[in-house]
Amino acid sequence: MHLETSDQEYIHSGHVGCPGCGAAIAMRFVLKALGGKTIMVMPACCWSIIAGPYPQSTLKIPMLHAAFETGGAVASGVRAALDVKGDSETTVVAWAGDGGTFDIGFQALSGAVERNEDFLYVCYDNEAYMNTGVQRSSSTPYGAWTTTTPGRQWKRLRKKNIVEALVAHRIHYAATANIAYPDDLMGKAAKAKTMTGSRFLHIFATCPTGWRLPSEMSVKIARMAVQTNIFPLYEVEDGVRYTINFMPKGYLVNEYFRLQGRFKHLTDEDLAEIQEMVDEDWNLLLRKAGMAPA
Amino acid sequence: MRKVIEGSHAVAEGARLARAQVISAYPITPQTHIVERLSEFCADGTLDARFLRVESEHSALAALIGAASTGVRTFTATSSQGLALMHELLHWASGARLPVVMANVNRALAPGWNIWADQTDSLAQRDTGWIQLYCEDSQEVLDTTLQAYRLAEWVYLPVMVILDAFFLSHTYEPVDIPDQESVDRFLPPFQPRFHLDPESPCTFGQMSPPGVYMEMRRSIQDAMEDALLAFADVEEEFSRVHGRRYGPVEAVHCDDARVILVTSGTVTSTSRQVIAELRARGEKVGLLKVKLFRPFPVESIRAALGRAQKVAVIDRNFSFGASGIFAQEIRAALCNLPGHPAVFGYVAGLGGRDVTTATIEEIYIRTRDAEAPQGESLWVGLQEVKHAP
Repeated sequence: MHLETSDQEYIHSGHVGCPGCGAAIAMRFVLKALGGKTIMVMPACCWSIIAGPYPQSTLKIPMLHAAFETGGAVASGVRAALDVKGDSETTVVAWAGDGGTFDIGFQALSGAVERNEDFLYVCYDNEAYMNTGVQRSSSTPYGAWTTTTPGRQWKRLRKKNIVEALVAHRIHYAATANIAYPDDLMGKAAKAKTMTGSRFLHIFATCPTGWRLPSEMSVKIARMAVQTNIFPLYEVEDGVRYTINFMPKGYLVNEYFRLQGRFKHLTDEDLAEIQEMVDEDWNLLLRKAGMAPA
Repeated sequence: MRKVIEGSHAVAEGARLARAQVISAYPITPQTHIVERLSEFCADGTLDARFLRVESEHSALAALIGAASTGVRTFTATSSQGLALMHELLHWASGARLPVVMANVNRALAPGWNIWADQTDSLAQRDTGWIQLYCEDSQEVLDTTLQAYRLAEWVYLPVMVILDAFFLSHTYEPVDIPDQESVDRFLPPFQPRFHLDPESPCTFGQMSPPGVYMEMRRSIQDAMEDALLAFADVEEEFSRVHGRRYGPVEAVHCDDARVILVTSGTVTSTSRQVIAELRARGEKVGLLKVKLFRPFPVESIRAALGRAQKVAVIDRNFSFGASGIFAQEIRAALCNLPGHPAVFGYVAGLGGRDVTTATIEEIYIRTRDAEAPQGESLWVGLQEVKHAP
């Protein structure tokens, strides 16, 4: 699918993100798809800084910064107020990192989705607390070094599957997306915009700084995450209807891991173990999508 | 219309008459009757509001921060642990200059679990930038809820309306419930000075470096100082429409009193009875009720207490390592006044223990007969506790 990409930009050319920042790319594409009639709620995350200090703003839309754990709740309040005022046109977006979504903000998100609050929640996932200096989150993948999983204590726990957690709420729409697949990403944001009720977009957003990666590799690494099945592109509607949007050729995970400094300590045995986990997760997804024998 | 209603329901009637547009709440005893009644108002169409039944007190206030930033009138109610859980967002609401109104039912903090009256929950939030109004009876609760909206939307600070657990929240009293038309005259629809609007995009609450932060903080203090003046005007307008006023403080027989009791909340009502009886016996005793705690009405307090010899502050709260919290504030208000009265601090009624007329008379007699305060706080009615060796 090739979307008519809007020429309109809702992010100014100047921002204070790191070179190669996946979160900045994600914002640009999402806003192109949603347009200017959008109010953004932003709990603490890298974007709290990228958006610029007072009295400047990186974005051309109204934005409300919010406490770390409150994305789902503050967005609920904004939506309620717009409803009271009779504004059904404006799209309310909560824009949070993985820490604000998987960890500290999970309760407010779960509450909002259970209440089927009418907004789009976007999690740009850079797989650790990057704004505070690369500390592990429950989104940090198995095998990763972070500043709180250093040396021999690299993370030996799997990444929380946030989409499946929300699917368990029977959320109206949940989808994964990736900065290396802009048509797919903008298509999903545009689709979500037309829906009502709770919607969730999980965007894989490279962090060259925290992943110990040259900035020019940002998009390439993101693409490899899809091609290796580490981060499959799929959608789930009403908690039951799965659609896999991209069928990879089945590249092995090794190169993805070998290119990133955060994984440099892993042995061939570790990578073999990780390959098994990735295969297991992919097969589980295929079964849910009705594309493999149960 | 005069009706016999519960203190909790007086709060709910206030929020209904104020035409709150977004309500967000989470249950906690003894606040629940407030939000149950508001839920009924929303369900039967008496109140045209969106009611968010959120998953925590933290989210209750977070949702109102979102709603108030979008320019509508908001309400929530909580108590004790719930208020403590909101702490972070109490700072946020005032820092963002949002006119949120909240009722807090004063309840003790755990452990051990205790659902009864104790002011430490709200007084522990004194530095969060909220206007705090302590109420004595159900009529005052209803009137103060209406006044809270006028005040909040005047100075752009959040307001906490505070009532004692059970003694007030669950006690039935006759209350004059004003008609909607008169309330509408006193409290017109909210016209926000700023709000989230795609037609006029602005960013609220972003990173504020050292070069700008201090001025933002100062503006909150300026608003607090304005609130002291605005409160008088709000009361004036309220009394013109509804014929009642309370004042930031209320002085009873303070002009010629040698000893003045200082109270807040329902202990005030009991103290009124005690000083009436003491006065009848010729005792030179007075009473100062403190309603407005933030901003602290220092000048009114000095004017009322300045001529007394001794002041006895009764605190149903405590700051560990220091003293009763009203006593601290009264001392601070008086300390630069030449020849100020001696301030005696008494701690009584924590965790809902009764503060009876006998307790209050004992406090008066002790103060009258003592030469000087012995320490910062004297705990009244303590039982002897035998600890295991």
